[in-house]
Amino acid sequence: MGISHRISRRDFCRVAATAAAAAAFPLPAFAQAAARVVVIGGGFGGASCARALKQIDPKLQVTLVEPNRTFIACPFSNNVIAGLRSIEQQQFGYDKIASGGVTVVPQAATKIDATARTVGLADGTSLGYDRLVLSPGIDLRFDALQGYDEAAAAKMPHAWKAGEQTLLLRKQLEAMDDGGLVVIAAPANPFRCPPGPYERACLIAHYLKTKKPRSKLLILDAKDAFSKQRLFQNAWKELYPGMVEWVSLSQGGKVNGVDPATNTLITDFGNHTAQVANVIPPQRAGRIAAIAGATDTTGWCAIDPVTFESKSAPNIHVIGDACLAGAMPKSAFTANAQAKVCAAAIATLISGGTPAAPKLINTCYSLAAPDYGISIAGVYQPKNGLLADVEGAGGVSPLEAPRDFRAREADYAQTWFATITAEVFG
Amino acid sequence: MNALRVAIAVVTVAAWYQPLLAASDPPPGAASCSGCHSTGTTTSSISRLYGRDAGDIAKAMAGFRDGSLPATVMNRIAKGFTDEESRAIAAWLAAQK
Repeated sequence: MGISHRISRRDFCRVAATAAAAAAFPLPAFAQAAARVVVIGGGFGGASCARALKQIDPKLQVTLVEPNRTFIACPFSNNVIAGLRSIEQQQFGYDKIASGGVTVVPQAATKIDATARTVGLADGTSLGYDRLVLSPGIDLRFDALQGYDEAAAAKMPHAWKAGEQTLLLRKQLEAMDDGGLVVIAAPANPFRCPPGPYERACLIAHYLKTKKPRSKLLILDAKDAFSKQRLFQNAWKELYPGMVEWVSLSQGGKVNGVDPATNTLITDFGNHTAQVANVIPPQRAGRIAAIAGATDTTGWCAIDPVTFESKSAPNIHVIGDACLAGAMPKSAFTANAQAKVCAAAIATLISGGTPAAPKLINTCYSLAAPDYGISIAGVYQPKNGLLADVEGAGGVSPLEAPRDFRAREADYAQTWFATITAEVFG
Repeated sequence: MNALRVAIAVVTVAAWYQPLLAASDPPPGAASCSGCHSTGTTTSSISRLYGRDAGDIAKAMAGFRDGSLPATVMNRIAKGFTDEESRAIAAWLAAQK
């Protein structure tokens, strides 16, 4: 599969000659041959983008580079942790994407040469591209919290990438005695899925209330405010009275280190020993983004808000959790919306056009209980080089609402997951 | 002279490409809808918008925006679009199969 995309010397010369001839004019250098777009990362961003590119222009040669044969979705993985859903319901394959004309390469991308426009793969082959899309998601920073490395994560799971870690946290909760203490350590912004730790607290509390009602759940937070905060706090009071406690940054909630041997979380104000410790560490863009030269000092990727092209690596676009998208949160909905805008922009750029300023939407549902949904939404547009909130739009579910309103939002959450996964993988 | 010829060729290529893209290029905001609103066959509680009457979609957006049509989340989203933008989105959705 990689072979057909490798640039032979002769191809390269031909391309170089065309490019030289083209250089005098802002013309589509590859308008004659089918332009090649390589997408790295087969999650909600990358898989959506590869598919959208092929749908917008079937002539494009689109390659999706993703080492895993099965994608395991993070949204709704908190339900797996709470025993409300099986991990199999989170799993999706790439067959339909491949049958739609996208070349799926089950390899890890290990190198990027932005000048030669090639992607090196783990098996030593390489792919040439005219435009490259990076949708690598996040890497967990195992250098950020003292004592929290990959080995520690096997004892104190992060469960912030769905799969084995999700199941590990589930097993630990199942094994815990009634009356135990569960601690969730939440990171500072920005991080994947801003409401995620608090939805997790709700759904774990739901499990505890049902099966282990004498247990407690403590959230140690590295910040003083969080997404859908009042809705979550109201839900904790209403649904799980006396069970969930949130300790903010200014109350001493920031976890600086851990001791996996004793399941202890260390803060400036004291230590907490948990029966189950879920440590969600700080994050950065997936490693390939740094290899591509697309990350800045924050570890994330600054992008143009119209095209999602990297501000530091030309012809490389970054979408999803890895990019710094201004007001847009790092969510699956966001990644999917960005992917479609990015695909259209790339098709326009390849045809020699100028992409128009987009608008994007995000909608994130969280479940406070299986029948209690809350949401946050936003509409975004480019402003001052970032994606900014469209004023007057967006916001969270009403603070006061009857339970049937919450039930409807819980139903919409389920429907959203079914719809988006069908659009991306089905 | 040569430059002119190349320039004409470029314009020709661009002209040949543009209609193809214009047909599928969603107006600002429209690409996001399918995150929730299925583009396939659906029996779900969230309606399918592809192929629906453009006037109906635009009217619903106006209702969500001014609050006359009750909603859980569409009221918050509709406020991010002008009437003109909503109508462009509605026309594009109506034209999709």
